[in-house]
Amino acid sequence: MWDWDFTWQVMPSIMQGLGVTLLAVAGGMTLAILLGLLWAVFRRSSAAWLSWPTYGVVEFIRSTPLLVQLYLVYYTLAELTGGWLSPLWTGIFVLGVHYSCYTAEVYRAGLNGVPRGQWIAAKALNLSTWQTYRHVVLPQAIPPILPALGNYLISMFKDAPLLSAITVLDILERAKIAGSQSFRYQEPLTIVGIIFLALSLASGAGVAWLKRRTSTSQT
Amino acid sequence: MPAPFDLLPILLKGLPATLAVTVGGIAVALVSALLAGLGRSSRDPIVRWTSIFYIETFRGVSAIVLLYWFFFALPLLTGLRLPAILAGIVVLGLNIGAYGAEVVRAAIESVPPGQRQAAKALNLSAWQTMRYVVLPQAALAATPPLGNLMIELLKSTALVSMITVVDLTQMGMFLRTETHRSLAIFSMLLLIYFVLSQCIALTVRLVEWRLSHGQDYGGTR
Repeated sequence: MWDWDFTWQVMPSIMQGLGVTLLAVAGGMTLAILLGLLWAVFRRSSAAWLSWPTYGVVEFIRSTPLLVQLYLVYYTLAELTGGWLSPLWTGIFVLGVHYSCYTAEVYRAGLNGVPRGQWIAAKALNLSTWQTYRHVVLPQAIPPILPALGNYLISMFKDAPLLSAITVLDILERAKIAGSQSFRYQEPLTIVGIIFLALSLASGAGVAWLKRRTSTSQT
Repeated sequence: MPAPFDLLPILLKGLPATLAVTVGGIAVALVSALLAGLGRSSRDPIVRWTSIFYIETFRGVSAIVLLYWFFFALPLLTGLRLPAILAGIVVLGLNIGAYGAEVVRAAIESVPPGQRQAAKALNLSAWQTMRYVVLPQAALAATPPLGNLMIELLKSTALVSMITVVDLTQMGMFLRTETHRSLAIFSMLLLIYFVLSQCIALTVRLVEWRLSHGQDYGGTR
């Protein structure tokens, strides 16, 4: 039923795949953090031609499956250009854009959480827009944002194995290959499951700690 | 039919499977969310720890890994083989249900303690308190976040295409190998999923409206 020799044999390959998965998450999260801020600023804009289309696109991307978005970008690019973008970069791009639609909401909630009086007070003190953001708004908006961003980081980590669908040699793809070569799926897939469980429990604990930290630092 | 829409009838052949997994998954998710959400705060340590174990495992491991494990690894370990579509319903339902359990728990905790005390003063039993006082109020608080989870579930049904179920996404993949019109096929798929998710959002809003009927927000009016 369970073969320990085979378990040790597939471990190095799976660990290599985990490296690819973590790389994709790091790249995707960087993109999501930057793009999300852009969407949030666009949505706050008083110009309707900017805020409404942003709202529409963000809602659309949030309500449709990541897997289909991956297929759309990957196969369309392959057909149009002959595949100049590697599967890994395609995956990072799609993950990043998908999650930027979630981080946008996090930023929005964080910015909305700063009381209006703070903006008015900054204006009364004759601070510029940049100074208001830098010294008044962001110091209050960022602490509650961090745990929420952490949660999306964990979600993205759990969605990252989907990249195996577009042939990225990530942790799940390595396990599938090991399984199909030996007809033993139980060891590689169980290892992958345990790795995911361990890492998300650990990062969940990290986020909980961050939440305690950020909520006590503000009084 | 004009260019991309000639593909629509073929794509829609995958709709029944997607709907079956969505509806079945929602049913599994709601039941397991309620059971685990209540069990999480049970005084019985066995019930409590079983609930915690279920919630943490099914939330901690990603849906696609769970799906693969139940479809490819479980039969080899135990000889228990589920048909792909059933595996999809059970695994995705339990996955979303684990998130839902936390929603249910938070909703129950959000009911003011005075409500329970009032129920006690009226000599209601624990079951009557739950049934007539706590759950109706918790249901209203839990509806919007549960609705979001239902949309997450609809989105994750696309994953069953990876364990051989011929759903919308799998039909799209078949069509792609035939026609190589990726942009048209997958854009249309995204539109179909978007329409389906808006249907869920609308239903949830209706349910919320029904549940809030006759609610009296003491003091605010």
